[in-house]
Amino acid sequence: MSWTRFFRRKRADAELAQEIDLYLAEEVQENIARGMSQEEARRQARVKLGSARRVHEELWRQNSMAALDNLWRDLRYAARTLRRSPGFTAIAVLVMALGIGANVALFTVVRSVLLNPLPYRDPGELYTLFERGGEDSPGQGRFMPVAGGSAAEWKKAATSAAEMAIVCPWQDYNVSSEGGLLPEKVDASWISANFFSTLGVAPALGRSFTAGDDDPKAEATVILSHTFWKRRYASDKGILGRKILLDARPYTVIGVMPASFNYSSSFSGNTTAVWTPVGHDAPPSLLKVFDDHAFLVVARLRPGVTLASLLGQLNAVQKQVKIDNPGSAVHEGVSGRSMLDDAVGNYRTSLYVLLTATGCVLLIACLNVASLLVARTATRSREHAIRAALGGSAMRLLRERLMESLLLSVLGGAAGMGLAWMAVEWLVRTRQDMNRIESVHIDGVVVLFAVATVVLCALFSGLISALSAGRGQILAALQQSGRTQSAGNAKAGLRRVLLVFEVGLTVMLLIGAGLLLKSYQRLRSTDLGVPTNTLTLSLSLPDGRYKTAVQQVSFFEQLIERVRAVPGVGAAGLVSRAPGQGWGGDHLMTVVEHPPLPKGVGLDIMVRGADPGYFSAVGIPLMKGRIFTADERLERDHYIVLSQSAAKLCFPDEDPIGKHLKGTDGGPFEVVGVVGDTRWNISEPIRPTLYWPIFGNGYSVATIVVRSPRDVEALAMPIQKIIGSMDPDLPVFAVRTLQETIGLSTVGSQFDSILVLAFAVIALVLAAAGLYGVLAYLVTQRTSEIGIRIALGAQREQVMRLMLVDGLQPALLGLGLGLGASAATVRLIRSMLYETRPFDPEVFLSVTAVLLVVAGAACVAPAWRASRLDPMNALRTE
Amino acid sequence: MALGRKDASNAEMLKGTLDMMVLRTLVTGDAHGHTIAKVIERGSEDVLEVEQGSLYPALHRLEDRGWVSSYWGTSENNRKAKFYKLTAAGRKQLVRETDRWRQMARAIALVMGEKTLIAEEDV
Repeated sequence: MSWTRFFRRKRADAELAQEIDLYLAEEVQENIARGMSQEEARRQARVKLGSARRVHEELWRQNSMAALDNLWRDLRYAARTLRRSPGFTAIAVLVMALGIGANVALFTVVRSVLLNPLPYRDPGELYTLFERGGEDSPGQGRFMPVAGGSAAEWKKAATSAAEMAIVCPWQDYNVSSEGGLLPEKVDASWISANFFSTLGVAPALGRSFTAGDDDPKAEATVILSHTFWKRRYASDKGILGRKILLDARPYTVIGVMPASFNYSSSFSGNTTAVWTPVGHDAPPSLLKVFDDHAFLVVARLRPGVTLASLLGQLNAVQKQVKIDNPGSAVHEGVSGRSMLDDAVGNYRTSLYVLLTATGCVLLIACLNVASLLVARTATRSREHAIRAALGGSAMRLLRERLMESLLLSVLGGAAGMGLAWMAVEWLVRTRQDMNRIESVHIDGVVVLFAVATVVLCALFSGLISALSAGRGQILAALQQSGRTQSAGNAKAGLRRVLLVFEVGLTVMLLIGAGLLLKSYQRLRSTDLGVPTNTLTLSLSLPDGRYKTAVQQVSFFEQLIERVRAVPGVGAAGLVSRAPGQGWGGDHLMTVVEHPPLPKGVGLDIMVRGADPGYFSAVGIPLMKGRIFTADERLERDHYIVLSQSAAKLCFPDEDPIGKHLKGTDGGPFEVVGVVGDTRWNISEPIRPTLYWPIFGNGYSVATIVVRSPRDVEALAMPIQKIIGSMDPDLPVFAVRTLQETIGLSTVGSQFDSILVLAFAVIALVLAAAGLYGVLAYLVTQRTSEIGIRIALGAQREQVMRLMLVDGLQPALLGLGLGLGASAATVRLIRSMLYETRPFDPEVFLSVTAVLLVVAGAACVAPAWRASRLDPMNALRTE
Repeated sequence: MALGRKDASNAEMLKGTLDMMVLRTLVTGDAHGHTIAKVIERGSEDVLEVEQGSLYPALHRLEDRGWVSSYWGTSENNRKAKFYKLTAAGRKQLVRETDRWRQMARAIALVMGEKTLIAEEDV
């Protein structure tokens, strides 16, 4: 029997009809020839043919595939059943679509960001190496950048164990205006010549760096990233061999990286636009010292070498380095992790938490659909019992029910894929800050995942409802349809168990959402130390053009004078790094007036350069003493203003004014004033900070801060025009308000909390719908029982209480279950919380309250209806 | 083939025989269903009566297996009729079937002691 036959059964049937007609006609003719009458001839022919129907059926069966046939029939039957209750179908499909869509979207992100290998050759052999403090150093202290001197020692000692390359991903260059293009500031990385070959990638155009390029005396060379080449040079292949101006110096373009290449680490995103050889561009001393941590080391293990054995070898090397150079900034250990871990390890918890949340939503969705199917099974239990009694096979009935849930899941899955596609688009747009986000896309594996999810959902919700049908209880089901008063209770029991789980999961989601939301609010309400309606614009003077300190300072002085003169500017100042905009550098200081500390020990203080107008412009209050004066500049730059916490750190019980601080390589600096504290990062604790004059102390980078009584953002254009008129080659970057700065650094927290909250709300709505559904069903089932109770004199309040207790029972059980499970799991998200304890009583209490209110609201309507029943009508039903 | 199976029922045995006879009738030329049935009935001196319930499914089955092909033509009485035609594969199959049937018939005849039949075979 062939497939073509199966699908052409209709045509074969029509042909057969014609053949039979012919047969009859021939037979009749023959019979007439034999001398029969017309009528007799026809009759005899029919007798001879027998039943034409039987011939048809025989052929039809011969052309059929039983399994496929049954499948098709079940499918049509299920479709008809679902079409009969469009409300139920629409809700179930929507619920499934939400669950499946959210899961598929999150899975896509998890797979692309966390699971897919990096686009390098044998990425499993690649590790990033760091320096680490003592054995007990916690968290970030375990993975710190590496000093150039240490990296060189490691490389020398472990040539046979690994190929090592270094990268300094924090660089940037001013790209000068040329051929009508605007000047701009781009992120850059210094790399050793073997960096690309260690990763196993080569430029798409041109060549990679050679050892010859990686030398102070070599001609300046640069390799462009694909995005930068496409954006700025319109993918012009003629760029190879041309010279471009970086920091006002000519560099020859020797290569362009492929579009697929990206490099990101825990310290840097995939933002590098130009790559330059470290040996040529970095100051030679940086490659030799042990206390200036400027690099990340990338190592490709040779065959047979493990990370542990390499680290063991390097730890011994670094210990010796520490013995030879006992400064406090020299670290004693080495640590390492796979490059993939390094790039995306920071997002792991958050993404897995989101994936778990979507998993919970899907589970709740399945439970809800199962519960709806159970309800339908219950109302159709008589039909099923009769069919079973008449010989309908159990398999057949089971198959029908599975088919129904499969159909729902497939429809939900199809709609869910659409949702997932939109969600992925949105995720990629929203989380541009996430490493590897550009590689997120829906592929075959994701589609497979979606199909598997659909099948699992179908089996899960279908089997639950099928098992509830209670095979072998045909008699009971048939008897129940009489006037028994506890009808259908067993089925409601199963739905109650499902509800307990549903409510439990909902509580867990609500608590997670509550904690994340509270943490996010804490983060947003954290005081930066200054008002946030301040505009910042940053620029950096290339030392190719501004060679001396005098040139730099006079440029800055002229600039700030002209900015202050712009109409609408209330106050303006200069600072090396504005509050909330990042680390900005720190120094080890000692107090001159105090007894000397042991060698290499000092007070770690963050350092900022500032002009005299900065403090009032940005809104940092003066606590004690004075600010710099206008003539404390250039040679007279040895004055310091301390932040309050720095004053407390250096001079616990003294008046700091007039005292002196000394750095490891400069000083002494006289303390002239104390000002308020600010934060360098909104989600990090306040650190002690000192300010010294930006007009001096070797500053070539500055951020203009501007305050205005009017709309401060409108001032960005006029100020950029002023800078352009002073030096048309100078790019301006990081143009944003402090408010936007906070928004940018809290986007991750915002994203996590809002998504989990959305999932929790969906779960809550589903659970409420489930509660309502079960209780409403119970009330209908128990109508006559309630009628009898009321007729016998039960008070309406009693009836209402009875029903409420009935409905709230699963909610309370679920609440207990959810609270218990949350208590056991909340510590898993501790790393995502800011100034919020995992066991925050406020969150736990408010979740309990919300759940009780929602559950109560869901139960009140059916309970109310039960208490209003007219006993006469109630007893007459059925 | 059904005959290969150990537990082949009588019905299937007969079906196989019918198939063989249908193929045999087509050796003399293309024919439509009625003719085929007639030829078999006449040929067997009206001992075998071909049931239409088996004939048409058998024809379709043979067509499926590629032993006969079909086309629409006009019957001798000027009616539209589906004619069946023996294919090369069908011819080979007929030889195989005939051989097998002869062996079977001979074996049965031996058991039954029907000398005449064996003698005929030996000629």
